[in-house]
Amino acid sequence: MADFQTPEYRELPGVPNKLEPGATDHLSPFIAKPEHQEPLGFPGELVDNWEEKAIEKMGELLGKYRSFQVYMDACVKCGSCTDKCHYFQGTSDPKNMPVARQDLLRSVYRRYFTFAGKYFPKLVGARDLTREVLDEWYNYFHQCSQCRRCSVFCPYGIDTAEVSMAAREIMDSIGHGQKYCNEILGKVQTVGNNLGLPGPALKATLAEFAEEIEEDTGLPVKMPIDVKGADILLITPSADFFAEPHIDGLMGYAKVFHEAGVSWTLSTHAAEAANFSMFIGSYSNLKVVAERIREAALDLGVKRIIVGECGHAWRVAYSFWNTLSGVGHGGNDPYAEQLQKQLDPNYPAPQHICEFTYDLIQEGKLRFDKSQNDWRTVTFHDSCNVARGSRMGSWAGGQFDIPRAVIKAACNNYVDMDPDTIKEKTYCCGGGGGLLTDDLMEIRVKGALPRMEALHDVVEENGVTHLAAICAICKAQFAKILPYFKFPMDMIVSTHQLVGEALVMTGSEQEKALDATDETAEEETAAEENSE
Amino acid sequence: MSVLFALLYYVATVILVGGLAYKIYQYAKTPAPLKIPTTPAPTTRGGVVLRLGREVLLFESLFKSNKWIWIFGYMFHIGLALVVVRHLRYVMDPMPELLILIQPLGIYGGMAMVAGLLGLWARRIFVERIRYISNPSDHLILALLVMIGITGLSMKFLSHTDIVLVKNFILGLYVFDIRPLPTDIPLLVHLFLVAVLMIIFPISKLLHAPGVFFSPTRNQVDNPRERRHLAPWAAELDK
Repeated sequence: MADFQTPEYRELPGVPNKLEPGATDHLSPFIAKPEHQEPLGFPGELVDNWEEKAIEKMGELLGKYRSFQVYMDACVKCGSCTDKCHYFQGTSDPKNMPVARQDLLRSVYRRYFTFAGKYFPKLVGARDLTREVLDEWYNYFHQCSQCRRCSVFCPYGIDTAEVSMAAREIMDSIGHGQKYCNEILGKVQTVGNNLGLPGPALKATLAEFAEEIEEDTGLPVKMPIDVKGADILLITPSADFFAEPHIDGLMGYAKVFHEAGVSWTLSTHAAEAANFSMFIGSYSNLKVVAERIREAALDLGVKRIIVGECGHAWRVAYSFWNTLSGVGHGGNDPYAEQLQKQLDPNYPAPQHICEFTYDLIQEGKLRFDKSQNDWRTVTFHDSCNVARGSRMGSWAGGQFDIPRAVIKAACNNYVDMDPDTIKEKTYCCGGGGGLLTDDLMEIRVKGALPRMEALHDVVEENGVTHLAAICAICKAQFAKILPYFKFPMDMIVSTHQLVGEALVMTGSEQEKALDATDETAEEETAAEENSE
Repeated sequence: MSVLFALLYYVATVILVGGLAYKIYQYAKTPAPLKIPTTPAPTTRGGVVLRLGREVLLFESLFKSNKWIWIFGYMFHIGLALVVVRHLRYVMDPMPELLILIQPLGIYGGMAMVAGLLGLWARRIFVERIRYISNPSDHLILALLVMIGITGLSMKFLSHTDIVLVKNFILGLYVFDIRPLPTDIPLLVHLFLVAVLMIIFPISKLLHAPGVFFSPTRNQVDNPRERRHLAPWAAELDK
């Protein structure tokens, strides 16, 4: 095991009393090798004139992204964001304060792009781009999960995610990328999913899941893939095919689809909702990966596209797909129309699986036996990208209400965590933004501290037993780090796992059993009434 | 002395107006290729106007974040606004009724402004996190604003200057007629520092003033599923 201590719980809200400069300056993820870099269009290794190239790239990005240009200029160092980052709270390293993280890049921006920085560098904290600065960028921009919590609290909306994406894009462009993200992006672009699971393996796995559901329910619930002419294309993170508790979520979706009586399919070409291109700030890669979904939708002729439980994927799908690949409505150019004419205008495109299930619940089309979840007391972890980078439903904040409504429809015992740690103020799980890799275990554990503190609180106060999530990264991260905080790893559950376990499907074994007990209960009540 | 100050103010005005116009043009022409509002976000244009209005007039996000920074920052900005309104009498002739009516508030504005600035400065010195992120320029801008406030207030409470002459001097600048300026030290220092403030505005963090209106996390409508949002350089990639 790694040589670091799991941090201790503190009084809430937990803000470090004392800065510890350099506390995590040794944390650095593996650097991408040429075979990870080149397929994405990046130089294989650090180019010779990298200083010059990096400044050139920075200039290019300043001209392409208004966010980056405005955010480099607008910060007044008011300090509002300084205590908001979970990595800062967990490490006390001042360079993990959002403004200080931005300043790693801003100092170089000022030196090369502003009057004050060119002529009075010391005065405004401007500095030359040196090897030390590059190393600092590499280490600390990989200690940001781009969760946008700081942007909620900034009076100008400065979003460190935008800055860290720009920094990673600059580093990729000079041949200094991160192995974890870039290797995975290579797989999704060649095989169709992050895991590199080939089509036949995927089909075999799905057949097993279908069998498992049939054993459990007695119903021939299907796990269809590559079915032309299906109404709905399900795009879900590939972790749903192999990881726990993700698989249980996938089986939950399948049950809901079956019960709704809709025709749906997965796709081998686009067996991945995740799009790590966002983490590295690469628009061109974002588009290439998003277009696989467009291609699958056109090829299969589907009318609707539904996205499974995945946080950053839902941000990319909800906020970016219409722009990147025309998955949406309202486009009036040939590229968008080609797909949008095929999509059913009566449904949002894309739609989140929680929105789909929620609508069915509202229409009274799903029957639940909530007692199946009575052994649990559940709380919900709002995933950062869903909470602050997307929406569900037609109203602002639907992304908070809908998953909770879905959970409450399936569970009797639900409590929320501290209000400063949920909804728009939610904490990242600690593993988002391309940090879900073993070489960053220390920052993942320390960054999880604020979430674990809030969880610990409701475990003690309210007897919470399970933490439900709607994000593949959150689930994988929690499964790994919960034990560090002395919680059982199976405490983390998929939201649609709770749905699947309480759903009473028409004609299933569960329905028969439930109706039988209901009848017995009714007879007993009737008998009691008669005897009185 | 009058000539020197006249020249200084011509230069300062050109830099302030030209510099700000350039920065605003730069922000406006730089595309925002992706929809990145910090959600929950308004789903209509009108909602965005309200959100930005709350941000600019009430400092909504700062209020959510930290009450001390909010109180001091708000005192300073509201105070500054009142002071600016009070100073309109030096640059406008005739003055509208309403503005004359609220003139006295400018005095309290000046006091609030200095008090707010001192509060912010104390935090910058004594709160370790904020001390860590401060550059010399952050202290200097505070010093500059405090000095402007103190010299201004001193002319109200300690030694008055001939404000009729001051007004005459400024009105003269409009018609390129350099008229005599009183030579009281507090006034000259006050005017000099204000000119410095004007000059550094477009090259410093004071750009947060136009910047907030161009911040995509605050000014975008949350409607990406209903409207296709496309920047010109991104549209090229569709082909």
